[in-house]
Amino acid sequence: MELLLFGDTGWGDELFFATLMTVAVSIAAMFIGFLFALIFTPLKLSKNKTLNVIGNCYTTIIRGVPELLVIYLLFFGGTGAAMYVASIFGYDGYIEINAFITGALAIGIISGAYSTEVFRGAILSIDKGQFEASKVLGIKKNIQFYKIILPQMLRLSIPNLSNVWQITLKDTSLISVTGLVEIMRQSYIAAGSTRDPLFFYSVAAVLYLMLTFLSMKLINKLEIKYSKGY
Amino acid sequence: MISIFPSLLSGAVITLQLLVSSMFFGLIIGLIFAILRINKNPIINKFAYGYSYFFRGTPLLVQLYLIYYGLANIEFLRNSFFWAIIKEPYWCAIIAFSLNTGAYTSEILRSAFQTIKKGYIEAAQSLGVTKKITFYRIQLPIAIKQSLPAYGNEIILMLKGTSLASVITIMDLMGEARKVNVLTFKPFEAFITAGIIYLFITFIIHNIIKYLEKKYGFQT
Repeated sequence: MELLLFGDTGWGDELFFATLMTVAVSIAAMFIGFLFALIFTPLKLSKNKTLNVIGNCYTTIIRGVPELLVIYLLFFGGTGAAMYVASIFGYDGYIEINAFITGALAIGIISGAYSTEVFRGAILSIDKGQFEASKVLGIKKNIQFYKIILPQMLRLSIPNLSNVWQITLKDTSLISVTGLVEIMRQSYIAAGSTRDPLFFYSVAAVLYLMLTFLSMKLINKLEIKYSKGY
Repeated sequence: MISIFPSLLSGAVITLQLLVSSMFFGLIIGLIFAILRINKNPIINKFAYGYSYFFRGTPLLVQLYLIYYGLANIEFLRNSFFWAIIKEPYWCAIIAFSLNTGAYTSEILRSAFQTIKKGYIEAAQSLGVTKKITFYRIQLPIAIKQSLPAYGNEIILMLKGTSLASVITIMDLMGEARKVNVLTFKPFEAFITAGIIYLFITFIIHNIIKYLEKKYGFQT
């Protein structure tokens, strides 16, 4: 147990900050995922064939290849791509992209694909009368989306988004392969230096269980709050 | 790009081996735990729930590391005959994947068992069919048919999960792609080609499940 003490002798404080890092990456990734979903959901629902294909390609490809592949592609390919772009603008030095940004972006792209599917399902399950009524009342298209469709869509998608959040939270463990110090990486380091992998990976498992448990509690509260009046 | 294809394909064979064997063991584990889950005894019930909660609440990578690095820490396991199994990364990966997919499968089957209409069981009872035969001949086939779509998703999730085997030195498709990347410094060629192969396998699995659903799907 003294291995978990805070301070120089134990790994408690390191693991604590690693947990915060995991939460931070998950939130950032979830947020980036929302941005992707807000771009691609309209594409998937649009009547234009080309836009439709683009939207479908995004969700199908991302959900069909391993998460690790997306992370490696961004991590190894991202630096090269950034340096190539910079060389066009006349900068020839070495560019290293921050592990946090790469990780959050990679996981964000993945969670965005899942969020897109969730939003699409939510919009499809909104009663058609809502669209027609707002059209009859002469509400403009973008106001209709922001004031009528979006709030209902978010409410309907909370239960499924909680699944996406769980997936995202667990996927962040994969970023450890790129060297970002979150729970998994920290326990890897701790296990390596104390030669007690069983203990530290169990601690990591418990930390992840705690995170999923707490977030479940929180999301349930949100769900109750936003389903008031229905 | 052509030159890296053979090595990636040999990796894909390992990926498929991992997938098939972990799905096989996972199905057995899932079936056992689904039956335990619908058991009325609270202790057995809680145990099965705890199993699925742990394996669904923690990342697959943690489970893989726990089994690959963690189990070697236990003294008596190292001295027993299990050591022959758990010292091989290949078997560790199969154990971790089977336990993981077993947890998800048990949830899929449990929900299928619970959505079976009571009328079927009551009808069987009134016809004097024994409990055992009701289970094997009525509940089990219906549950399996009902859970086909969800199980198809689980197979695809597991296919993506097998890519983690590459972090414990198994040269599966992902591992081969990493090797190509390190040797040639061409990340895009290596990973995009691997991605296409993964997509191809996903596509095939998706279509097989779709065909099975059409053929054996359960209509109420």
